Amino acid sequence: MTPNERQELETLLPWHAAGTLGPVDAARVEAALASDQELARHFAIVREEMAETIHLNEALGSPSPRALDRLLAAIDAGPARPPRAPFGARIARLFAALTPQAVAWSAAIAALVIVLQAGVIATMLTGERAGQRRATFETASAPEVAPLPRVSAPAPAPASRGLVTAAVPTSAANGAASHVLVRFAPDASIADITRFLETNKASVVDGPKPGGLYRLRVNAGGKDELASVVATMQASKIVGFVAPE
Amino acid sequence: MVDEPYRAFGRLPDESRTLNAPEASDEILIGRIAGGDRLAMHALYARHHVKVFRFVLRLVRNEASAQDLISEVFLDVWRQADRFEGRSAVSTWILAIARFKALSSVRRRKEAELDEEQAEAIEDGADTPDIALQKKDTGEVLRRCLAKLSPDHREIIDLVYYHEKSVEEVAEIVAIPENTVKTRMFYARKKLAELLKEAGVERGWP
Repeated sequence: MTPNERQELETLLPWHAAGTLGPVDAARVEAALASDQELARHFAIVREEMAETIHLNEALGSPSPRALDRLLAAIDAGPARPPRAPFGARIARLFAALTPQAVAWSAAIAALVIVLQAGVIATMLTGERAGQRRATFETASAPEVAPLPRVSAPAPAPASRGLVTAAVPTSAANGAASHVLVRFAPDASIADITRFLETNKASVVDGPKPGGLYRLRVNAGGKDELASVVATMQASKIVGFVAPE
Repeated sequence: MVDEPYRAFGRLPDESRTLNAPEASDEILIGRIAGGDRLAMHALYARHHVKVFRFVLRLVRNEASAQDLISEVFLDVWRQADRFEGRSAVSTWILAIARFKALSSVRRRKEAELDEEQAEAIEDGADTPDIALQKKDTGEVLRRCLAKLSPDHREIIDLVYYHEKSVEEVAEIVAIPENTVKTRMFYARKKLAELLKEAGVERGWP
């Protein structure tokens, strides 16, 4: 190991102690530490500095809950976030960020894809016509699709912290539904929600949907069981709305 | 130097991203926040507010200011979430916003006010280095000397040791080249060793 290499490795010791080096550098430092006692002693000093830095920071305490209250009040009171740039403007910005060479290569690849796609479509059409000439009658079988039940759309997301109850969308008529739609109260904390999910053996599978609704998977095999789960959830203070899906 | 923290962050090496697995869910939260999801904002706040508060407090050295700034930082996260491009870790982006706001706040205050507040705001009542040394508490001496470092040195030591930021991420947050990150960290540690030596602690480095 040259003096320069050793100095470089010595410089990396703080990041090695924090575990933030990439695997290559971490392996180099580990190898050097195994064979260089002086470097290993220096590493012990670094670890001591790190421990006391963590101790010093941990002693600084935490912000008061008022900081979160102020944040939420500002979110409620403030204007909506600036609208996103129009689609065209974003596309223009994307192209502006590319080099001329990148644009040229992208255009060439796009042209090639279009040509290949046209070829595939032409081949498919030709084959289909040939098939029609050979077969006099053909039927297609497909699984019968039941018409979707009409449901009322959930209300748009409320601008205030208050709850808005939407019409109950339900599709549990078949008795085997195992999903429910839930809207949590705005003041529900993460800990509350985690406890609620554990208590009801539920997990979030989708959301938030329009109206702040989350789709939860629940352990309910039948209609009665599902109704029982929904009733239990409705009793929770952190839930503003719940309905079987 | 304070740079605009909302600029598109530069590329991070894949290896440094994979070390921080929870960042993936941070990115999902940011996506939801961009769509106006307050629950996601709660989750992101719960995950990062303590560390961000401590980072800000170490920069502004005034608890009341830090309390105010923490709300401002996360309000900016709420407002700017749709601009986050995902090319750096979410925590790195938040710390960059926090740093920008903290240093702007410091600049607005008079130097004299800062000095007075430094003396009274975050004193922890611990012993002075000499007294601590007499008690053979080298850990306390070390913490005292860490607190005596210049803001630049204190900041980089906190980012590396406490916030566990890689060389690349520190460069993003502080807006300096990666080599400068390494040399600044080296000189911060060297200064710390000098302060320890003055307090009677000889560690044999450098």
